[in-house]
Amino acid sequence: GRMAAALLLLRLLLAAGPGPGRADAGRERRDALREELLLSPLPTGDVAATFQFRTRWDADLQRGAVSHYRLFPKALGRLVAALGVRELHLALTQGFWRTRYWGQPPLQAPAGAELWVWFQPTVTDVDKAWKELSNILSGIFCASLNFIDSTNTVIPTASFKPLGLANGTDHHLLRYAVLPREVVCTENLTPWKKLLPCGSKAGLAVLLKAERLFHSSYHSQAVHIRPICRDASCLAVSWELRQTLTVVFDFFSSGQGKKDWSLFKMFSRTLTDTCPLASQSKVYVDISPKNKEKELLEVSPPPTSVHEAVVQGDKKTYAVYDLLSPSLFNTSRSLNVQLKWKRPQDSSEMPIPTLHAQRYVGGYGLQTGQICTLIYNTHPYRAFPVILLETVPWYLRLYVHTLTIITKGKENKPSYIHYQPAQDRRRPHLLEMLIQLPANSVTKITIQFERALLKWTEYPPDPNHGFYVGSSVLSALVPSVTAMKDVDVEQSPLFTSLFPSSDGSSYFVRLYTEPLLVNLPTPDFSMPYNVICLTCTVVAVCYGSFYNLLTRTFHVEEPSRGGLAKRLANVIRKFRGVPPL
Amino acid sequence: MAAPLVLVVLAAVTVRAALYRSSLAVFIAERVEVASPLNAWKRVVEGLALLDLGVSPYSGAIFHETPLIIYLFHFLIEYAELVFMITDVLTAVALYLAIQDFNKVVFKKQKLLIELDKYAPDVAELIQTPMDMHYIPLKVALFYLLNPYTVISCVAKSTCAINNFVIAFFILATIKGSAFLSAVFLALATYQSLYPLTLFAPALLYLLQRQFIPIKLKSKSFWLYTMQYASLYLCSLVVIICLSFFLLNSWDFIPSVYGFILSVPDLTPNIGLFWYFFAEMFEHFSLFFVCVFQINVFFYTIPLAIKLKEHPVFFMFVQLAIISIFKSYPTVGDVALYMAFLPVWSHLYRFLRNIFILSCVLIFCSFLFPVLWHLWIYAGSANSNFYYAITLTFNIGQILLISDYFYAFLRREYYLTHGLHLTRQDGTEAMLVLK
Repeated sequence: GRMAAALLLLRLLLAAGPGPGRADAGRERRDALREELLLSPLPTGDVAATFQFRTRWDADLQRGAVSHYRLFPKALGRLVAALGVRELHLALTQGFWRTRYWGQPPLQAPAGAELWVWFQPTVTDVDKAWKELSNILSGIFCASLNFIDSTNTVIPTASFKPLGLANGTDHHLLRYAVLPREVVCTENLTPWKKLLPCGSKAGLAVLLKAERLFHSSYHSQAVHIRPICRDASCLAVSWELRQTLTVVFDFFSSGQGKKDWSLFKMFSRTLTDTCPLASQSKVYVDISPKNKEKELLEVSPPPTSVHEAVVQGDKKTYAVYDLLSPSLFNTSRSLNVQLKWKRPQDSSEMPIPTLHAQRYVGGYGLQTGQICTLIYNTHPYRAFPVILLETVPWYLRLYVHTLTIITKGKENKPSYIHYQPAQDRRRPHLLEMLIQLPANSVTKITIQFERALLKWTEYPPDPNHGFYVGSSVLSALVPSVTAMKDVDVEQSPLFTSLFPSSDGSSYFVRLYTEPLLVNLPTPDFSMPYNVICLTCTVVAVCYGSFYNLLTRTFHVEEPSRGGLAKRLANVIRKFRGVPPL
Repeated sequence: MAAPLVLVVLAAVTVRAALYRSSLAVFIAERVEVASPLNAWKRVVEGLALLDLGVSPYSGAIFHETPLIIYLFHFLIEYAELVFMITDVLTAVALYLAIQDFNKVVFKKQKLLIELDKYAPDVAELIQTPMDMHYIPLKVALFYLLNPYTVISCVAKSTCAINNFVIAFFILATIKGSAFLSAVFLALATYQSLYPLTLFAPALLYLLQRQFIPIKLKSKSFWLYTMQYASLYLCSLVVIICLSFFLLNSWDFIPSVYGFILSVPDLTPNIGLFWYFFAEMFEHFSLFFVCVFQINVFFYTIPLAIKLKEHPVFFMFVQLAIISIFKSYPTVGDVALYMAFLPVWSHLYRFLRNIFILSCVLIFCSFLFPVLWHLWIYAGSANSNFYYAITLTFNIGQILLISDYFYAFLRREYYLTHGLHLTRQDGTEAMLVLK
């Protein structure tokens, strides 16, 4: 009895023992950093590397005046607090993710710069806050985000639902802008790296060397800030900052003929130590077998563990290297993960993603044209709807009565259309549609436009290069082949918890199409003075003729007495002996 | 007279119907010379499609037609081709009837002036006889219906035809002497495209002449009649604008229609002078030059009214031409309207100085417009300056044509009062100069 009671007490104390200690430690350290690198070989032989750095901070940035920033960067924290930002997503991308050949990306971004922000309901002037926000971000990331103004900002109604905690979604608090002409370079990478707690000195960030990262087919760096539930009961709010960087190394240019990859080959560096501030630091390598029997890849050194998960509807196997486990670094101080192909890639077994799209400009000449979008649903028996968001600048005047959507030869009427026509020099066109894609079909969407002639000062420095039209956004819940279990955000890898999942039968995908390059007719830039003179001359001809006719009257001409010329002529005639005039 | 008119109408309808069915219809509808941002058919269809989607047509920058056009085509969209053909035919019939009446007025006035001995004795060959004037109304209808400009304007379904229709009925009402109908049609024309406001002056002068009210600034009856006519006009205009408000329950159409006409934000090329000028304008002076160009249309009215107060119909012709040349988005349909009046002044032919060159300029420019457009936009071997040059030449041709007719008119008036064979003080033949 007393022994049992003492044992019970002991057990309770032991259970509670680490508790206060942990709580003490928790009170001191309310933020946590997890780093992750996902290496996925792509069907075409290229390799995609996705870095994710997630800082989670159990503080309420909106309410309390927070002054002590530890892992969460102060620049972004103060931005969120001061401007009433609820969610912020900024992506800077160079290149295009070729969904058809590379598969569905974990997180895709359109070419150029993309910024979408949900503001808190307490913000009264959202446009003012948006302008300030884009200017501040432009300074933080050294990108020309200050070019975001009303001519390229839209308010989508259905496409960009909040990815974090949200109660009530008044879409007037959302702003979305894309700058397709924006170029990403080392200047943008450096401030992005500076926001990481360990910088680029320790942990996975040591691999981020600019000269290798930009020598790639696709480079996308993004910052995502959103509020999340602090725990399962969701009584308090934590803030999550995810910094993601996706890069695709091109087999042909950097593989040098051999398809075997290694960290050193890709990044010209190896992993040497872990970031001391990170609570978790892992490298995942996708070694899923393409067909059930044979393995495709061999990785060395041997991984610390193997993780299986259903990601984007497919069962996948990952080799996991936990950098915090002591066994990894005991032989050498560097970790160079190497991937060797066991058998040559067969192009016939390239899997086609369930949803992919492409977009192009049709027509000829500089007067009219049409934007054609092709959306492919390759699922054999399931149909699903997709939301298409198109933002077209005002100088391509869309004609919505020419919008045609054709699937399998028949017209396909969208169940929801939101169209906001453009106003010259003030806002762009916004077209959002919910289209049902039948199983195993191609849907072609065409809309005609007219090209406007702009004022000569509105053309960019190289006017004949053309004007960029930002990528259109496709958002869909794609039915998955394998049922997916609910994931616990804290336990599962970061790349599986990016998008909230409602149920296990479908997964959320956001795809972007190609940006378009469209030429506009140009005036002659060397001619302003000449044009002004010539047009005013024509007006003056009219004025002059009418002035003459209105103010003068007809008179009979009087003979002139003789001017100087006539008198001189008469003098010469007198010399010649000819009668005078 | 009815039978030849019916024949002309049938020929015109046949030509239009044939073109509607041919493949040229699409090509013509896209031409910028025929369809401007104000009156293109594609934009009318777009506006109706936006209305179907639940978006106000005036929320974007595509649709610049008045709400009454929405009313009209909401019900008649299926019969659009028929509507435009009937509009053209009615315009021609209205012009025919108007010129017929006008000829009677001219003849009566001429007879009165001859009896009052206002004319010089040797001007017999300048007097218009009923035989000469017999075929003029038919020629006017012919000139309007079979003018290539009118035909392609109709095939393109440009709402300029509706504009011309309202102005033609306004002219008919004015010449028939009905002040009320004249005011109503003038209000409709002004509501549709702002510039017919300037036709108020010639209409007023004609109606005053018809009522035998002398045009003196001190006369009470002059001011009374002017106030009556002006109030009729303004009231009809206000009623029409209020009716338009009730269509979409908003005043959005005012900046979209009138703000657009006056501020010229859309620089799509057309046959006028505005587009390239404002494409190449320094931003700082943009507002100033917009004001100057708009004032240019309205500013000839008062001087012309003073000079041509005895001849209000010629004044109306010159004013129509000035509107067609200097409006912000001119099309060939506007040019066709004033060209329809040229047969009325066919007796001035002997005094025209440059008619051959000017007609050649106008014809060549009409052919060169599509060629240089193709070279700029499709072939890429020319640039915008080529098209701009043809625009300038075409407008100079039109301006010189009108001033030539004006000169001929004034010269004939001088000869009528001073005699055809002028001699100088010493008996030798004299020359006339403008001094």
